[in-house]
Parts: sequence; structure tokens; C-alpha cells
Amino acid sequence: MALNRRNRKASRLGDAVFSRLSLVASLAIIFILVNILVILIMQAWPTLSEFGASFLWTSDWNTMTDEYGALPAIYGTVVSSLLAILIAVPVSFGAAVFLTEIAPLWLRSTASFIIEMLAAIPSIIIGMWGVFVLVPIVRDPIQKWLGNAFGWMPIFQGNQLGFGFLAAGIMLALMIIPIITSMSRDVLRAVPQSQREAMLALGATRWETISKAVLPFGRSGLVSAVILGLGRALGETMVVAMVIGNVYSIRFSLFSPGSTIPSKIAGEFGETLPGTLQMSSLLGLALILFAITLIVNIIARLLVWRMSAVKMGRL
Amino acid sequence: MDTCPQTENAQGQNPNGNHILITKNLNAYYGSFLAVRDVNMAIAPNSITAIIGPSGCGKSTLIRCFNRMHEVAHGARVTGQLLLDGEDIYGTGIDPVSVRTRIGMVFQKPNPFPTMSVIDNVVAGLKLSRIWSRRRKMEEIAERCLRQAALWDEVKDKLKQSGTSLSGGQQQRLCIARALAVKPEVILMDEPCSALDPIATLKIEDLMHTLAKDFTIVIVTHNMQQAGRVSDATAFMMMGDDRAGQLVEYGATKQIFTNPKDKRTEDYISGLFG
Repeated sequence: MALNRRNRKASRLGDAVFSRLSLVASLAIIFILVNILVILIMQAWPTLSEFGASFLWTSDWNTMTDEYGALPAIYGTVVSSLLAILIAVPVSFGAAVFLTEIAPLWLRSTASFIIEMLAAIPSIIIGMWGVFVLVPIVRDPIQKWLGNAFGWMPIFQGNQLGFGFLAAGIMLALMIIPIITSMSRDVLRAVPQSQREAMLALGATRWETISKAVLPFGRSGLVSAVILGLGRALGETMVVAMVIGNVYSIRFSLFSPGSTIPSKIAGEFGETLPGTLQMSSLLGLALILFAITLIVNIIARLLVWRMSAVKMGRL
Repeated sequence: MDTCPQTENAQGQNPNGNHILITKNLNAYYGSFLAVRDVNMAIAPNSITAIIGPSGCGKSTLIRCFNRMHEVAHGARVTGQLLLDGEDIYGTGIDPVSVRTRIGMVFQKPNPFPTMSVIDNVVAGLKLSRIWSRRRKMEEIAERCLRQAALWDEVKDKLKQSGTSLSGGQQQRLCIARALAVKPEVILMDEPCSALDPIATLKIEDLMHTLAKDFTIVIVTHNMQQAGRVSDATAFMMMGDDRAGQLVEYGATKQIFTNPKDKRTEDYISGLFG
């Protein structure tokens, strides 16, 4: 009896310690998040008070006249990320469908392993591969062919340099394909076999079973996979900085060089003095990126939440 | 559609002596493992045939051979013949997809499509074969099938809601309506009531009697009383010494339950094992 009581006391002590520890850990996460936001706002304050909201839609970045605007970096970030999503989503979904529905069993685990290895390569290495291998390919044949065939469209006009939005988009796509693929593969694997059988038993072909039963069932998970990839693409720094050309201007052609928020910050941070308006503007850019990713994630949450509400029967 | 009355006597023969489904030396394998051995049975049109037997005897495997669903599992294959109106569904060049539009299936657990409304669930199979379909026409067909599945009155105000918003019993009848919409000749039911409460079960059993006027029904059940209540013919299966399921006895339900010819059937029916 006595032994019993002591044991219970000890476990109660363990409970208390553990619950405090987990409380501290979760508070620490919230504290860090809030702290980042506060520091960003404080550091960006000179720029915000100097330019106000017009920081968002002006395009200067002039260290002589101390005039700064974020629009080219916002534009570059959005364009390169959307391009990446546009390329990566069909490839990733295709690969995920192949890995869960079509490939023979022995190939599934091997191929999945290789795809996940691709995600583990440090981005600086992928960036170097991009500069030496991908950029020349983008210049010729990709840009040459696009320029010849679709040169009447503004987005495929201009000098064929290789470096630019197109190369950045393709590189980003390569970087997010493994993430989107492995996450959507998990989503599709979790689709109950009974859903496939239900569609097959109605006389569906394999493709109809995939497109009408498997993909719709997993759609909220697939949306999360895409958003996760988009988040990665928005924040990716090194690879983009190496292939985008780092010109701070807005041009509509995908062939032209540009900048993204992370590439701009990474490129200038080291050579900017603390306390200057330039430094403050870089932090202003960071604040905008923070806001963009936050908004994207909130939209994703809402979408997923709505779709799972549908699944629970509340349409 | 044949409208002749119920099966009369042993071996599932009806007065006309014709059969809609005939299996000849049907074997089902998982890889090299023989799961069902040498099944020979003939099923009369517009009859209800129950397949009973202890767990693991291959009932579900057998019924899944009837619409070529068995081969969907990895490494699964079938040998032998299964004649549907005299044509071997395992013949060379036969497309399993076309077999499944003529032999529908209802599964153990209700499996409506959660992202589709009640109406879209019913016409899901119909929409497969069409590039585009008129909404009005689809709604008419959906209403007819829901009425046929005795579900219309319960769901007519919820047609736009998700198929999974219904109760378990309603979901199963929705799955039956979905199978009916494709206008199959045979409907296979793999333990359709095992996930349902007694009242929902009773509704499905009543429904089966009505459906047998237009369709041929084969039902797998672990519930002997259910087989006795609903079926015209009964097949009793058991696992053999080699762990392969085999057909022990097949005949009119009355005969199987009152005067079984095989000792093993008698032991199972009287509750000695199983």
C-alpha cells in the first residue's frame, strides 16, 4: 500500500514536470513567432514611415537617392513561384498517381525513395547544377523554341539569356516536385480501397477510377500538398538568386531577368550598413514575404477546412 | 428482362431450366495460394442466391470472381469459366469493365462517394459512359433508382447533400441505387448488412425481395437466418484441409436448411461450428 502511494506520487510529479515542460515548449514557439514579427516591424519601421504604403507599389531601389520600393521583388516572387507551381503540380500529381495506382509493387518503394532523396539535396548544390546545366538548356533549346513558336506572346519575347524568371521557375519546380509528390503520394495511399472498388464496380476504367474516385477523395490533402510546395517556393533563396539574373525591374517577359524578395535580401544584406534606410527596406521586404506566406497558409487552411467539412457530410 | 418466378428446386434450377450465371471449375488464387477450389454452380435468373459458410471459407473471394473484382488485388487470378447468359466473362478479349456494367456489386461497408451529392452518387456510374449528360435526365434516373431502392422518401429533401451525410442504412441503400442506375442484370452483395443495425438490415432484406423481380441477386452473408429469410437457393462453403474454400452443398434454401445432404452442412446449420 505504501509502495503504491509513493509510486503514484512519483508519477504525479512526473506528470507535473512533463506538463510544465510541454507548456514552456509551446509558449516558446509562440514567443519566437511573435518576436520575429515584432523585430521585423521595428527594423522596417523607418522605411514604413518614410514611404508608407507606397513602398508596396513603387519600383525604385536607389541607394544614391535613398528611394526604395518593393514591387519588383514582390512581382518576381509571385511570378517565379506561380510558374514553379504550374510546372510542378502536374508532374507531382502524375508521379504520385503512378506511384500509388499504376506502378508495380517492387517499383513503388524504390521510386519513392529516389524522389525523397531528391528533396534531401542541399539547395546550393541544385543551384550550381542549375547554373551549369539548366541555364544553358533554358537558353537553347527552350527559349529559342518558345521564342520561335510563341514569340507573338509578350511573355515569350526579349533576349534569350537563360538567366531569368523561366529558369528560376523551372529550378523552383524541381525543388518542390519531391515534396508535393511524396505528400500527395501519402494522401492517395490513404484513400480507402473501398472507394476504388466502388468506382470499378460501376464499370469504370482505371483512369476513371483515379480521376472520379481517388483524386476527389484526396482533394483536401492534395491542396495542402500544393500549398506546402508553394510556401517552399516563395521562401527559397539560394537557387533563385543563382539563376534569376538579379535585375531589379518589372518585365513581363518570362525570358527577362528579375529578383525575388529572398534573392534581393540575400544579395544585398551582406553589403548594407545597419541603421540605414536601405537595411530597413530589406527588412520591409522580409515583412512583406512574411505576410504573403501567412496569407497563403491561411487561405490553404480555409480551403482544407471547407473541403473536409464537405467530406464530413456538411456540403 | 425475364420476369419468371422464383427458383424451384435443388441446383438452383427454375421451371424454364435456364440459368443466367454458370460457373465451371472456377478456381481463385492469391499468388500461388489457392483460395477457392473448383466451384460449379448455376444461378437462375430473378432468384436470390445466398452464399453462406464460416469465416475465411472464401465466400467473398468467390463472389468477387463473379464480376472480375477478384483480379483487382495484386497477384490475384482466376481460372475456369463463368458464363453470363452463355458467354464466358473470363474469355479471351473480354473487357472486365463491360462485365462490371452488367454485373453490379454492393460492398460490405457502405461506400458512397463523399465528395458527390446524393444525386451524383446515384448517377456516378451512368456518367462514366457519357461525354456530357443532361441534368434533367440524370435527375429523373436518380429519382427512379432511389425509389427502386426504397430510399426516395427519406432523401428527397437532401438530394444536394453529400452522400456520406446519410445514416449507415441509407448509405447502403444509396449504394444499391447507384448499382441499379447502371441497369445490371445481376447484383452481387458482399455481406451488405454486416455494418447495419437490425432495422436497417430488415429494410435491405425487404428491398431484395422487390429487386428480385427485375434483377438476379447473389448475396454473401455470415448470417444463416438472413440466408433463410431472403434466399431461394443457398450455397454452403467451407475451408478444405488444404485451406482452400470449396462449395460443399448447393441447392434450394428450404432443402439446405431442412434436409441437408452433406453432414458438414447439417453440422453448420445446426450450429455445431462456425
